[in-house]
Amino acid sequence: MFTALIFYMFAGIAVASGVMVISSRNPVHSVLWLILAFFNAAGLFLLLGAEFLAMVLVVVYVGAVAVLFLFVVMMLDINLAELREGFLQYLPTGAVIGLVLLIELVTMFGGWAFAPDVEAMIKAPTPTLDQASNTVALGKLIYTNYVYLFQASGLVLLVAMIGTILLTHRRRTGVRKQVVADQVGRSRDSVEMRKVQSGRGI
Amino acid sequence: MFEIGLSHYLTVAAILFTLGVFGIFLNRKNVIVIMMSIELMLLAVNINFVAFSSYLNDLVGQVFAMFILTVAAAEAAIGLAIVVVFFRNRGTIAVEEISQLKG
Repeated sequence: MFTALIFYMFAGIAVASGVMVISSRNPVHSVLWLILAFFNAAGLFLLLGAEFLAMVLVVVYVGAVAVLFLFVVMMLDINLAELREGFLQYLPTGAVIGLVLLIELVTMFGGWAFAPDVEAMIKAPTPTLDQASNTVALGKLIYTNYVYLFQASGLVLLVAMIGTILLTHRRRTGVRKQVVADQVGRSRDSVEMRKVQSGRGI
Repeated sequence: MFEIGLSHYLTVAAILFTLGVFGIFLNRKNVIVIMMSIELMLLAVNINFVAFSSYLNDLVGQVFAMFILTVAAAEAAIGLAIVVVFFRNRGTIAVEEISQLKG
């Protein structure tokens, strides 16, 4: 009963903020609603017993991705009115396609059941709470059976980082910069030491 | 109604996924909102993975959800970088202009 109430709260707020993400006028508001949606999805994960993923969702999505979105939205000088043009024009097509997709998904979920021998197919059974917590169990799995996949996902992030730097880095022209190599490599005799008698000058 | 089962979670995920698809159609001009819609769709997929993992008592689903999270973060970073570069060159992020990308 209590769990059901919490589930409906998280699910309702997640769906409502999802609606606000796609329908709000200002992209900054969209990002903020997206953050709310992620928080509530993290709550759903907690209800499902996946506490590590819930925390990762908050850290990665809210802490990194959403802030990145916020930065870009605020950095770009976007004409909001121009972007809203054609909002109603695409509404019918989008509504029809979305409705068809939703009906398909719901019918699929309605007439669906686990295979009878599903118990035999379980690859990594979740340990009970007195054996290991979710984080410990997940860590043991990731660093043993799925270590190559884990490394590959690290590589994905590395490639993404290099690609992002490569894309956005630019060499500006007309900017004066300190060139350390020139300073160090200057010839020694460009500065000369002289003894100057007082009152005489050179 | 008060007994929360797997189908409840799947329904929430289906609604979120549909909202993502709908958002792509609705905001045809704004790349940033389109990318947010893609994030919503990936989130829906993640909810599906975690729900199945929890109800089947199989941890592999959560491992895969973590990899999807990684890919989503990388995709957001690269996509936003492309948007920034495009804005720097053209002064707009309207999607229709991107059809003129050449060389």
